Amino acid sequence: MCLAIPGKIIKLLPNSSYGLVDFNGIESKVNLELVKVKKNDWVIVHAGFAIEKLKEQDARQTINLINKDGKNSK
Amino acid sequence: MEKILNKINQLAKEIKKDVTLMEVCGTHTEAIAKHGLKKILPPNIKLISGPGCPVCVTEQRDIDNIIELALQGIPVVTYGDMLKVPGNKMSLEQSIRHGAKVFTVYSTEEIFTNPVIKPLNKGLVFFGIGFDTTTPMTASIIKKGITVYSTHKNFFPAMKALIVNQKIKIDGFINPGHVSAIIGLKHYQQLKLSQVIAGFEPEDVLMAILMLLKQIKDGQKKVENQYQRVVTNQGNVQAQKLINEVFEIKTVYWRGFGPIPDSGYELRKKYQQFDAKIKYRKILTGLKIKPSPKLKLCRCGEVIKGLIDPADCRLFSKSCQPENPIGPCMVSREGACNVKYRFK
Repeated sequence: MCLAIPGKIIKLLPNSSYGLVDFNGIESKVNLELVKVKKNDWVIVHAGFAIEKLKEQDARQTINLINKDGKNSK
Repeated sequence: MEKILNKINQLAKEIKKDVTLMEVCGTHTEAIAKHGLKKILPPNIKLISGPGCPVCVTEQRDIDNIIELALQGIPVVTYGDMLKVPGNKMSLEQSIRHGAKVFTVYSTEEIFTNPVIKPLNKGLVFFGIGFDTTTPMTASIIKKGITVYSTHKNFFPAMKALIVNQKIKIDGFINPGHVSAIIGLKHYQQLKLSQVIAGFEPEDVLMAILMLLKQIKDGQKKVENQYQRVVTNQGNVQAQKLINEVFEIKTVYWRGFGPIPDSGYELRKKYQQFDAKIKYRKILTGLKIKPSPKLKLCRCGEVIKGLIDPADCRLFSKSCQPENPIGPCMVSREGACNVKYRFK
C-alpha cells in the first residue's frame, strides 16, 4: 500500500487544494493539501495525495530507478 | 547494484556471525521477493518480513464488523486489498452476492468523483486501513463529512512490541520509506537497534542492507536515512497536524500481537458523528459471529511477527492460495504468504 510515484505540478487548480500533476506524460488531478507547493514543483504522490515535495534531481533519480526496475523485470 | 553487493559480501565475511534483518513494510517485502534479493545475499545475512502489511495486521473483529455493516445495507468503500479478506462469515467480495454495496478505490478522492459512489457519499462508510501513510487521506475525508470505520495504525509501536517481546532475534530493521515520510525520524530513535529507512527500488534496499551491516560491524545502533530523496528528519508536519486534528492515539488490537499500546488512530470526540463505530453501535455491539474453523488454522499472526515462514503453515499453497485465500497474509499483494506464493 506504500507505493508512491514522483510527478511535476503543471497547474494549480484555482480555489481548491488540487493541482494537475504530470507523471511522465500522464496528467492527473492530485490533492495537494498535505504539501506547500507551487507550479513546477515536484512531488511524490501516494493514493491521490502528494505526500512530500521533492527536489527535481531527487524526483528524476527516483524516476530513473523505477524505469530501470521496469526494464529489469521484463 | 553489483558494487553494493560486493561491499555487502565483504562486510558479511568480516562480521562472520549470522545477521537477521527485518523489513517492516509490505512494499519492501514485495520488492525484495520480486528482485530475488534474498537469493543474492551472502548466506549469513537473513531477511525476514515483519508486520508491514496493513491488511494482514487488521484484527479479525474489525473485518467481521465491516462485513456486517455491508450486509446490513450500508454502502462500504475501501481499498482493493481488503475485498477478498475472509471474515468469519464471508468476505466483503462475497457480501456483494448477498446484495451488499461494496466499492473499492485507489484513492479516497474517488468518493467525491466516482459517479457511482458520489451520490451515496453521505450514507456510506469508508473502511480506513493502513499505517501513517494513508491516515492523512482518511482524516481529510472525515473533515469533508464522510463516515469512517478506522483501523488506521501508528506503525512505530509495533516495531517496539517486536523488540520488547524478544521472541525473535532481530539485528536491524529496514524501516518503512513512506510511513517515515509522514512521521519523520524521531520516534525510531527510542529503539536501541540498528535501523535504516529505505526507498523501494532494489538499489535502495541493497544500500539499506549495506548501511545496516556497517552499523552492525561497528557496534552502532542508530537510525540512518537511505531515502533522503523523500524522507526528512521531521517528516511531513502538515500531514501530522491533520492526523492529530482528527484522530487520537489509542491502544488497539493487531492480528498476531493482541493489544499494542498507543498504536491506533481513532476519531476524536469532535468528529464522532462521522465515527462508524459510534454511529452504528447498535449493529456492532454484541455482534456474535461463529468462528470459522478454516480461519482458526490460519497462522498469519505468526507470519506477521516473523516467527514462522509462510511455508511452515500447512495450509500454504495447498488449500490457501491467492485465488482462494484462507487468511489475510495470502490476500494482500504485500502479505508475506502472497508474496512467497507469487515469487516461489
